[in-house]
Amino acid sequence: MAIPFSYSLRNLLRRRVTTTLTAMGMALVVFVFASVLMLAEGLQQTLVETGSYDNVIVVRKGSTSEVVSGVEREKAAVVETQPEIAGGPRGGKFAARELVVLIALPKRATGQPSNVTIRGIGGDSLALRPQVRVVEGRTPRPGSREVMVGLSIAKRFKGTGINEKLCCGMQEWTIVGIFDAGNTGFNSEIWGDSEQLMQAFRRPAYSLVIFKLRDASEFEAVRARIDGDPRLSLEAKRESAYYAEQSRVMAKFLRILGLSLTSIFSAGAVIGAMITMYSAVANRTGEIGTLRALGFQRRNILAAFLLEALLLGSFGGVAGLFFASFMQLITVSTMNFQTLAELAFRFTLSPAIVVESMGFALGMGFVGGVLPARRAAGMNIVESLRAD
Amino acid sequence: MLILKILYRNAFRNRLRTGLTILGITVAILAFGLLRTLVDAWYAGVEASSAIRLVTRNSISLAFPLPVAYGDKIRQIPGVKIVSWGNWFGGIYIEEKNFFPNFAVEPRSYLALYPEFVLPEDQRTAFYRDRKGFAAGRKIVEKFGWKLGDTVTLKGTIYPGEWEFVLRGIYRGKDDGVDETQFFFHWDYLNEAVKETVPPLADQVGFYLIGVRSADQAATVALAIDALFKNSLAETLTETERAFNLGFVAMTEAIVTAIQIVSLLVIVIIMAVVANTMAMTTRERIGEYAILKTLGFGRTQIASLIFGESLVITALGCLAGIALTYPAVAIVHHELANYFPVFRVERQTLCLDLAAALVVAAFAAIIPTRRAVRIRIAEGLRRMG
Repeated sequence: MAIPFSYSLRNLLRRRVTTTLTAMGMALVVFVFASVLMLAEGLQQTLVETGSYDNVIVVRKGSTSEVVSGVEREKAAVVETQPEIAGGPRGGKFAARELVVLIALPKRATGQPSNVTIRGIGGDSLALRPQVRVVEGRTPRPGSREVMVGLSIAKRFKGTGINEKLCCGMQEWTIVGIFDAGNTGFNSEIWGDSEQLMQAFRRPAYSLVIFKLRDASEFEAVRARIDGDPRLSLEAKRESAYYAEQSRVMAKFLRILGLSLTSIFSAGAVIGAMITMYSAVANRTGEIGTLRALGFQRRNILAAFLLEALLLGSFGGVAGLFFASFMQLITVSTMNFQTLAELAFRFTLSPAIVVESMGFALGMGFVGGVLPARRAAGMNIVESLRAD
Repeated sequence: MLILKILYRNAFRNRLRTGLTILGITVAILAFGLLRTLVDAWYAGVEASSAIRLVTRNSISLAFPLPVAYGDKIRQIPGVKIVSWGNWFGGIYIEEKNFFPNFAVEPRSYLALYPEFVLPEDQRTAFYRDRKGFAAGRKIVEKFGWKLGDTVTLKGTIYPGEWEFVLRGIYRGKDDGVDETQFFFHWDYLNEAVKETVPPLADQVGFYLIGVRSADQAATVALAIDALFKNSLAETLTETERAFNLGFVAMTEAIVTAIQIVSLLVIVIIMAVVANTMAMTTRERIGEYAILKTLGFGRTQIASLIFGESLVITALGCLAGIALTYPAVAIVHHELANYFPVFRVERQTLCLDLAAALVVAAFAAIIPTRRAVRIRIAEGLRRMG
């Protein structure tokens, strides 16, 4: 017969200070563990949601980001003749030629300048990104010196409100709209007319050509043709794959940092659990003897103490996740190493992270509890009864 | 001396518990030290910057170039001693994960401006003479097993194509704060090739590096440079090297702040562990404290016994943690060498380690001490059973 569950639970509740201190230590570890995973998850989700699977972007061969790419006008025209491109809403091909440059703008909070992406749009740029919705004002008129800014930029950077003027490339740009692109990288960009921006920044070439496939499965055919064309020396990527790639270095960095931190921390918390459980066993030596005398087996004792340690771990896990879930309210805005541009993203809690965190907490409880539980199970009945 | 002996004996009465607690503190101090070192590594570029070097770049952002003709005009400004220029090349060696910074620079002025890059004289001349030559830091040369005279190919990301370079010089840092992972080659080599392939990128410079005669002239020279190119097609922004590097760090400030918060959290975690140990210890010894009180020992003496014990435990853990920090830093540096060229333990980190241990010891002892001091003698004696 097993020792009842309530025995383990009550034992924990009995020694409140010790239980709370130990669970708190574990909760902090779980909190850090979950937060870092949430940060990496948020970054990846943001960049994955930025790209669409059936959009293709074409950049110069070998370029790692849009900013360093260049596509000359005549090459852009060749790209736009590909037969796999869908028909656009305005007739003609469903494609756009875009310019991407970085400018430095001061942040509201610190006044420190940070790099912001300016995207020159044209053709069907807006129709190709249905995520983009104008929430205030209007879209810039083609051929004018007007721009609209993403919501994250409007919140974080100085002088980016409606009707304010941005000054760069020896020109003034009037902000006529603010757009919300949901949880995507476009929210950290400024959009204006590509031809106007090219003149202002004296860029002879576009940065990329983007188009929609009439059938998502035809990507391989169009990629092979564009990559293989010696006149172009361009390469085609799915938009979704391109953005996923942009998050790789940073997400990997965050994960390595997070996992190495938590593995060190967890050692501290496991030791805390071990101390608590050892003292629980020592204090209850007589009790254990009595239980054994009543006929409970060694394995019952082992199970009861292990259960107690696992409960301790789950208290820590639940408390840590509870506090970590509040982190979802926070948006982080920082520089993406790969593009050198500002990117805003949220801590994102996914079911996988909940499972991983709880598993981690229970694991800590188990590792901390297994040695003390073995000691309890290994006690000699007579000697332990005498100890009382 | 006697008191130390008592504290020590008391601390090790329950060997297992104390051992575990010390181990916990060791781990926490180790983690704290690693995190502090990580933050320092973030600022390593700022620390290594010199007060007599200025960086001039396009005022729009770093991604925009400046005309090469600006160099001669900058040289005429009073107070300017050396003018060098370069471009971020951004080449990839075999695959992307082999990252190291690579620049095209004007070699003579660049090396004159950075005396902390130490090159043997014969290698220096060989590098100057060979237009296809490059010089690289000791660390990356060792990492990839290059030898002098080897041809190294980089794949261009900004400048298309495959680029071949010949290793002519291996530099060492003057001290261990110098970045030994840089790769630089002749700006002329890049420019001549680009004239053929991508003419719009030719005769363009990513940044100017300016050496001024003395540090107090830096601000005036910076203003003079920016005033010179005001209202031109490419306006400039000139900062000291330090401000320039700080600007880079500021862009990733969110991460640095997160690491700093986490390094405080680890101290809180360990405080919980030590407080727990001390609470258990005093709970077991409450009867002894009652006896001490009966014998006439005052509150301060009992309090100092508990504080002292807590201090002995944390101090031992702290020392072990500090001792382990050095090998751990060496391992982490090896793993993260791509991200952080400079990674070393500063003396300040050690001081913070000790301070943290002291704070933990004090806070962990507060609750148990209160309980021990307040207990009434009769009650305490009864608990002895």
